[in-house]
Parts: sequence; C-alpha cells; structure tokens
Amino acid sequence: MENMDDTSGSSFEDMGEMHQRMKEEEEVTAEAAATEEDNGEYGDFLGMKGLKGQLGRQVADEVWQAGKRQASKAFNLYANIDILRPYFDVEPIQVRNRLIESLIPVRIINFPQKVAGELYGPMMLVFTMVAILLHGMKTSGTVIREGTLMGTAIGTCFGYWLGVSSFIYFLSYLCNAQITMLQMLSLLGYGLFGHCMVLFITYNVHFHSLFYFLWLVIGGLSTLRMVAVLISRTVGQTPRLILCGTLAALHMLFLLYLHFAYHKMVEGILDTLEGPNIPPIQRVARDVPVVASAVVNATIKSIAAVVQSQ
Amino acid sequence: MAEVEESSKPMFAGLSDISISEDILVEGDISVPVGSHNADNDFSTLDEPVKDTILRDLRAVGQKFVHVMYPKKSSALLRDWDLWGPLILCVTLALMLQGGSVDSEEEGRPQFAEVFVIIWFGSVIITLNSKLLGGTISFFQSLCVLGYCILPLTVAMIVCRIVLVGGSGLVSFVVRLIVVTASFSWSTFASTAFLADSQPPNRKALVVYPVFLFYFVIGWMILTFSPSQ
Repeated sequence: MENMDDTSGSSFEDMGEMHQRMKEEEEVTAEAAATEEDNGEYGDFLGMKGLKGQLGRQVADEVWQAGKRQASKAFNLYANIDILRPYFDVEPIQVRNRLIESLIPVRIINFPQKVAGELYGPMMLVFTMVAILLHGMKTSGTVIREGTLMGTAIGTCFGYWLGVSSFIYFLSYLCNAQITMLQMLSLLGYGLFGHCMVLFITYNVHFHSLFYFLWLVIGGLSTLRMVAVLISRTVGQTPRLILCGTLAALHMLFLLYLHFAYHKMVEGILDTLEGPNIPPIQRVARDVPVVASAVVNATIKSIAAVVQSQ
Repeated sequence: MAEVEESSKPMFAGLSDISISEDILVEGDISVPVGSHNADNDFSTLDEPVKDTILRDLRAVGQKFVHVMYPKKSSALLRDWDLWGPLILCVTLALMLQGGSVDSEEEGRPQFAEVFVIIWFGSVIITLNSKLLGGTISFFQSLCVLGYCILPLTVAMIVCRIVLVGGSGLVSFVVRLIVVTASFSWSTFASTAFLADSQPPNRKALVVYPVFLFYFVIGWMILTFSPSQ
C-alpha cells in the first residue's frame, strides 16, 4: 500500500464493475440452469389460450430481473464497503509517523514527493477537530439560533476537508499537477493536525499574542509541507503560484476564522446583526455606571458653579 | 449441464482435461427434515401472554447491563445481541440532556434529536471503521456493544443531576468532573473489552481511539449540562 501514489490507480467504479460482473455471471449460469426445465414444461401449453398468461408472466419476469439487476448493480457500486477497505489498511505506527511528518516541510522539490493515500488518519483528525470545535463553541457561549451546535461543527469541519480538497483538486487539474483526489484528501486531512493542536491550546489559554505566534509557526509549517508537496508535483512557475497561493491562503485563513469565530466578543456582533427585535438599550451594557457617575458629577459641579456665581 | 458446458467451451477450452481425482469420495445423505414440529417450536412464542414476552426481554436486557458493569471476557453480549438496551439508554440520556426551547434561555442545550443522532450515527461510524480495519464482528453486534456501554455514562448523568440539585458551585463541578471522567473511562474500557478482541492484535489502538472520542463527546455533553434557572 506504500506504492499507491501513481495517478492511474483503480477507482471505485472499476472495482464495483468487477464485483457486479462476477455476480452477474453466477446469476446467469444459475438462471440458465433453472429456466431450461421450466421452458420445457410450458412450451406445450403455448396456444392461443395460454398466450396472454404465459407471455405476460414472462414479460413481468423480465422486467423484475432487469430492475433487480440495476438495483443490485447500484448497490454493489456505492454501498459496498469493500471498496474502501484498501484505504484503511494502516498500522498505528504509520499513522503516528505521518502525523509528525505533516509538520515537517520537505526540502527536495525537484521530483514528485510521495503522498500516502489513506483515509483513516484524515477522518480521525476531522472528528477530533469537531470535538475541539464543540468545546470551543461551548466555552465561548456561542448561541446558534438556526441550527444545532453539533451540526455546525460537523458541517464546518467536513465541509472544509471535502470542499477545499475538491477545489484544490480541480485547480490542480487546471494547472496540470500530478495528484489524485485521494492523495489530496489525505494531504489536507493530515494538514488539519496543526489546526487541531493550535485550537486545542488556544481555546483553553486565551492570549491573542500566543494565538498569533502559534498560527504563524504551526499553521505555517503545516501549510509549507502541503505547498512543498504540491510544488514538487507541478511544472511551471505560474501554475505553482496559483495552486500553492490558493492552498496557503485557504489553510491559514481557515485557522484564523476558527479561532475568532467562536470568541466571546463576536457573540455580541452576531446578536446585533441577527435580531432587529432586540431593544437597543441591551447592547449598551459597557461601563455605564462609570460614565453615568462621571456625567452626574460634572453636571452637579457645573450647577454648583453656576449657583455660586449668581 | 451439457448445454452450459457447450456455450462456455470457447472460454474454457484449455481446461477440458482437468478432472476431479477419484480419491475424493463425495457421499452423504441429503434429507430435509419435515419441519412441522420445528415450525411449532418457532411460533410457540406467539401464543404466550404479552407479560411473559416483555419479562423475558427485560430479563435479557438486565443481564446484559450486569455484563457491562462488570466487564469480563464473556461473549453473552455478542452472542445474543439486541438493540432494546441501547434504545432505552439512548432515550433516557437524551431526555435528561435535552433543553427547553431556544428562546427561553441563553445556554442552548442539546435538543433530544441532537443527542439521539449523535449516539446512533457515532455508533454507526465506529462500526464501519472497525469493519474497514478488518474486524470480524458483525454490524449489529457492534452497535449492540457500543449502545450497552453507554450505561455508565447514563448513571453518571443521573448522579450529576442529583448533585446539581444541591447547587452549581466549584465543589459540585469538581464532583461532577470526577464522576463523569470515571464513568467515561469505564465505558471505554468496557467496550474495548468486547470490541478489541475481534481485531488483528497490532491494530487495537486504531479501533480504540474513535471509541474514546465518542464517549468523550458524550461525557463532555453530560459535564457541560446545566439545569434551567
């Protein structure tokens, strides 16, 4: 499975077709053996009287068989779990090594770097990020009005992983980069390891300067690794620039968004934008006693001064 | 059979000289037992009173609860799996965790549907993961084990609710933290005692991690539960 990094690998559809063809061959031989005996019996009854009954029955049979074949073909193609089995064929030590390597940018960009095509590590990282995001949303007291906390967290994380992978794969198709969809999913998934670490630390320790430092260092390292792998697989200055610039921008901005989206300050802005029926007085809850007392003092002093001067 | 062989001759032309060795004796007795008394045995539970059926099922569920609380390496959970226990536990947990309507309070506690969906979809994903990693356990057996191992967390929820009646200060938070942590580790340990046996030996960690994450999320939901004012 370590050698699975060429772009001409077998796809879902090929393996599904193979399974379907094997099943169909079995079915055809079984049917051929069964229907021969039946046809022998009914051939004698094929007169005018039995025509409608027997013909109708055969037509119905044919329709049923065709429908069953189509349905089982679709089922074997998309719901066959064995298609995904090779992508989960990993050892724990390999997962650990790949997690550490995702933060170490490669130095050699002259020939294509190897990208492992596995889905276990990325999926576990996405689920871990969902859990960390939930924790961050809860501690910041975010209130989601049109949906649920869990739905938002899952949608954000999976949407980023699948959506940005597809977008970068599309860009790499335009820029003639040598990378498959599976490899892109795997690369971006492992790139989320840096995000998980930064969010885990900064959702619990609320220092802005610490967050910016970690954003640059850890986010930057994981972005550099992904960018270096893509550069090694692309030819030409402009395609490299487009592809890597887009990926770097999206990756770094996503971490920035995740940190600030679930911060205590932003909840006030969310309420302001959303609710026209919230009375405006509620928003001005900042230091009113100090301001009010200062105003009152100044007013009293000025009145006293006016009274004294009269 | 002869016609089938004829039609497939062009494809298998080179194999026509293969024959089965005569040393292998194929003999036996094919007889289908007359199933009248078997059918009677199968359907005899239809005639018993409903109370007997319910009591028998409840006794089976209770026995599995005992197996979860004292996880030994027995195969009772795997052999006669059922999904009644997980359903009861899931509904109980979701009812206790659910919040009121969103407008009535600021906290935004999880709704019933949210907890229900998290538990069932989490179990399905863990089951798929363990099957993809080469596990020998069947789909529903795994769902059964994961559902039954929510029992310690449900007990922790009840204890937390009782503790919260007394007040919600720092002491109660510490007590709740200890209770939830203990029960979540108990759940993880109990489910790995059943699930990890069905995996190849060097991949146990790959299966344990999602289970750990799943019970961690449920435990976190229980810990951050606060009662309405």
